[in-house]
Amino acid sequence: MTAPFLLLHPNDNVLVARTLAPEGTKVELASGAIKLAGAIPLAHKIACRDIAVGERILKYGMPIGIATEDIPAGSHVHIHNIRSAYTPTYALDDANGLSEGGTQ
Amino acid sequence: MTEEFTGYLRSDGRKGIRNSIVVAYLVECAHFVASKIVAGFDGEDVQLIGFPGCFPNEYAARVMAQLCTHPNVGAVLFVSLGCESFDKVRASHAVSGSGRPVETLVIQKAGGTAKTVETGRAWVRSALGEVAKVDRVPMGVDELVIGTICGGSDGTSGISGNPAAGKAFDLLIAEGAACIFEETGELISCEEIMAERAVTPELGNELRAAVQKAERYYATLGYGSFAAGNAAGGLSTIEEKSLGAYVKSGDSQISGLIKPGDVPPRGGLYLMDVVPDGEVRFGFPNISDNAEIVEMIASGAHLTLFVTGRGSVVGSAISPVIKICANPDTYRALEGDMDVNAGDIIEGRRSIDDVGREIRDLVISVAKGAETKSEALGHREFILTYKTFDPIGPSCLPVV
Repeated sequence: MTAPFLLLHPNDNVLVARTLAPEGTKVELASGAIKLAGAIPLAHKIACRDIAVGERILKYGMPIGIATEDIPAGSHVHIHNIRSAYTPTYALDDANGLSEGGTQ
Repeated sequence: MTEEFTGYLRSDGRKGIRNSIVVAYLVECAHFVASKIVAGFDGEDVQLIGFPGCFPNEYAARVMAQLCTHPNVGAVLFVSLGCESFDKVRASHAVSGSGRPVETLVIQKAGGTAKTVETGRAWVRSALGEVAKVDRVPMGVDELVIGTICGGSDGTSGISGNPAAGKAFDLLIAEGAACIFEETGELISCEEIMAERAVTPELGNELRAAVQKAERYYATLGYGSFAAGNAAGGLSTIEEKSLGAYVKSGDSQISGLIKPGDVPPRGGLYLMDVVPDGEVRFGFPNISDNAEIVEMIASGAHLTLFVTGRGSVVGSAISPVIKICANPDTYRALEGDMDVNAGDIIEGRRSIDDVGREIRDLVISVAKGAETKSEALGHREFILTYKTFDPIGPSCLPVV
């Protein structure tokens, strides 16, 4: 178990936070231990391995989007570095889950 | 042996778990007068519904007729301004044909605001006496229709609340209930796995086509069925939201595809296609969660399971809403609005099966008359807007 993160499916390349994980939290990944560069809110995702630009993001063992840049293991995986294969995502500037809303 | 409780018997053989009087305005111009009539009955089961548009819409007329003859409804008062397009005669006939007390007040003919409110309150007062006489008869789980929706979703919804709701659906379907899941726009990317669960290959094709229609519809609008709060809660794309939402459907076979107002013909699991047919005409398919809840009620839902992560506080007119909170932090913040704490699953205190059984048991106690949190707080949200649908095809409800 990579507490405080959950691996929902063995094929996934992301982990899901089961609580707010503070900046600097140590996380054991297959490629070695990393320290979180910033706080990861409950239910947000980090990469559990290096993900290349254009690669599919897998959660629940299913594709949830496509990497828009190279994402190193341990990085926050969210709307700034992945996109939908279907329709664009709408967000306000609180999309990091840590700040108050407002228009981007 | 299916668990039994007591229901209100209606002339079409369906049974209700509530016995409400609805006051329905037929255009926004009659909304205020209708709400003043309802305001005279604080603490009694008198509820406000309505349609705001002045221009005719077949979908709205059908949904309104289905709502006014819903098994949870005992009597109906229509409030018309007088010049709107809504066919109040047809609506009134639908209700009187079902044996329920019905009255239509036309503000322009009834003497304006004050007189219509006075006359309307007098009618409702007398109707309360009438509906109290409705026969109460034994009713089983196999006569229940239950909807599910998720709203204010975040990254916890798909891990705790939605799988627990899916577990409850599996238990209720095994007991013979009809369960409805919906929002094809939030099943984008799930179409293939869903089609494999259909009772016939032809139904599988219908399910696939419904999701493809939703994808085209939302692509034209430029947005998915995705709110800003979803992103703040950790969801990055419509696919991610879809996969989390999909698990609300549980593991049962899919028995049919219905559209708003179609009542499931027997027990089983049904997908409701809520995305309009034809060209994009009236904007977003469902402008807020209550629009979807209303559509499931129009298809006979006696109650709705509502899974929320960010924290919705809504209830609904006509049918109770059971709120299942997926996020433990949200549960602590909004405990007074939440019926079930599925956040326990994330914090490792209870299993998905445990919470699924709690939801199933709560469905039965609410069917027996226990108030949900939103009912007790007086939440009776309602919204109905414009849409266009073609009737479902023969493959949508296979006889197997």
